[in-house]
Amino acid sequence: MPQVIPRRPLSTRRHFLGSAGTAALALLSAPAWAETMVDLPLPGGPGRRPLTTEFPQKGAMILQRTRPPLLETPFEVFDQSVFTPNDRFFVRWHWAVIPTEVNVPTFRLAVRGHVNQVLSLSLDDILGLPRVELAAVNQCSGNSRGYFLPRVPGGEWSNGAMGNARWTGVRLKDVLDRAGVKSGAVQVRFKGLDEPVVADGPHFMKSLDIDHARDGEVMLAYAMNGEQLPLLNGFPLRLVVPGWYSTYWVKMLNDIEVLDQPDTNFWTKTAYTIPDTPHASVYPGESGVKMVPINRMVPRSFITNIKPGDPFYAGRAAAARGIAFGGDAGVARVDFSADSGKSWQAAQLGKDEGKYGFRQWQMQFTLPAKGDYLLMVRCTNSNGVAQPDAPNWNPSGFMRNVIESTPVVAS
Amino acid sequence: MMRNVLLLALLAGVALSPFSGKAETGVSLKSVTVELPAGDRMFPKGPGSDAADDNCLACHSAGMVLNQPAMPKAAWEAEVNKMRDAYKAPIDPKDVDAILDYLMSIKGAS
Repeated sequence: MPQVIPRRPLSTRRHFLGSAGTAALALLSAPAWAETMVDLPLPGGPGRRPLTTEFPQKGAMILQRTRPPLLETPFEVFDQSVFTPNDRFFVRWHWAVIPTEVNVPTFRLAVRGHVNQVLSLSLDDILGLPRVELAAVNQCSGNSRGYFLPRVPGGEWSNGAMGNARWTGVRLKDVLDRAGVKSGAVQVRFKGLDEPVVADGPHFMKSLDIDHARDGEVMLAYAMNGEQLPLLNGFPLRLVVPGWYSTYWVKMLNDIEVLDQPDTNFWTKTAYTIPDTPHASVYPGESGVKMVPINRMVPRSFITNIKPGDPFYAGRAAAARGIAFGGDAGVARVDFSADSGKSWQAAQLGKDEGKYGFRQWQMQFTLPAKGDYLLMVRCTNSNGVAQPDAPNWNPSGFMRNVIESTPVVAS
Repeated sequence: MMRNVLLLALLAGVALSPFSGKAETGVSLKSVTVELPAGDRMFPKGPGSDAADDNCLACHSAGMVLNQPAMPKAAWEAEVNKMRDAYKAPIDPKDVDAILDYLMSIKGAS
């Protein structure tokens, strides 16, 4: 029987404030309090979230959930650099039993299952393998879920459940080759050190097809942006699956199992599935749709320097800039519209840091007369796939990539 | 926390620095010990809040629920069933109605 004890301790913070008395509370001026909250414009609300600095190795993050942690990157971070700093990179865990201590000398990665040679690799062993590095976007399947209409349950993210990092590590292929994959292998399953709170709860595991696992791009990362991973982003090892949603990017990876049968575990077969339809879209209430595991990402783009309602002067040149990514392919072009999508112009693209990463873009534009405008931005990837005009909908709130619109006013 | 790290290192009989080898990148990995916030806030008091506290907060903090949009009863029922059936939450059957009533009182939609 699982050992589950309802957690009902006295909040230490409340206790502290209570004993400190009203004098201490009076010192918290209204503006200081206001700075600790953000208001996400989720339709129907609630959109207020604390901005928290209480998590280890993390700067100010939008608190979506304390336990297990769901931390969102404040959107202004994406305007500051093409790579998302490690201490601002979003965090998402499924189960609350997360090791708070990882010991480098004793950590081992198991490689087992349908292999010739079972391996138990130390981090030194892994650091000794050929090093690879690539830039890639890590994006939650449910990024932007809070904008689905009708609203759907889940982590009610705005657009900050994504980030771009330069990942350093080793090829999964090289690790599998050391073990020697036997013929007849069909999938590879990945598991981390996190554990279910209830003993019979499904341990978080994800699988990739064997050919995908051996494509030479999927990697085991021991560094992001040149530093070891923050614990909450998967220290010491994290799977990197370029172009695929982050549900596959298993954190604190310590177990790789080669399977000779398709994986039937809950997280691969049942959870994280999408309608097998264009844009993974269905009508609310639609049933009988074939479901498939979520997989490749789709293109997205964002304006990062202009907020809804920002004021502009009619007839005066202005600048927009932002980020785009192609999903499972590079960014071919980014187009910008200052007239609600009636006309589009190609934006100037920034340096190409790699096809799976963010690409910065910028655009000069002039709003011709006083009035309300919708600024829009659209990414087309190198496979020719462009962001759609209409939002998709599915009951899990996955794969949103509609063209983003930012209302502004010219006076 | 630092003292614990030192103590652990001594107990483990390993050198403090470096903990591990250096990759060609210059990336060297150092053992990490952190503390995570408890997330122990209770649900706002109301009829059924005790049932919600007792059955929901073992797996996740209250904020997960409080940040949800208003939803119809059928949607909340599906959520409770998912927690029990998919994630194996040991929800006391006699508490289910109270939990649903509470969820509808704070996050209900018609």
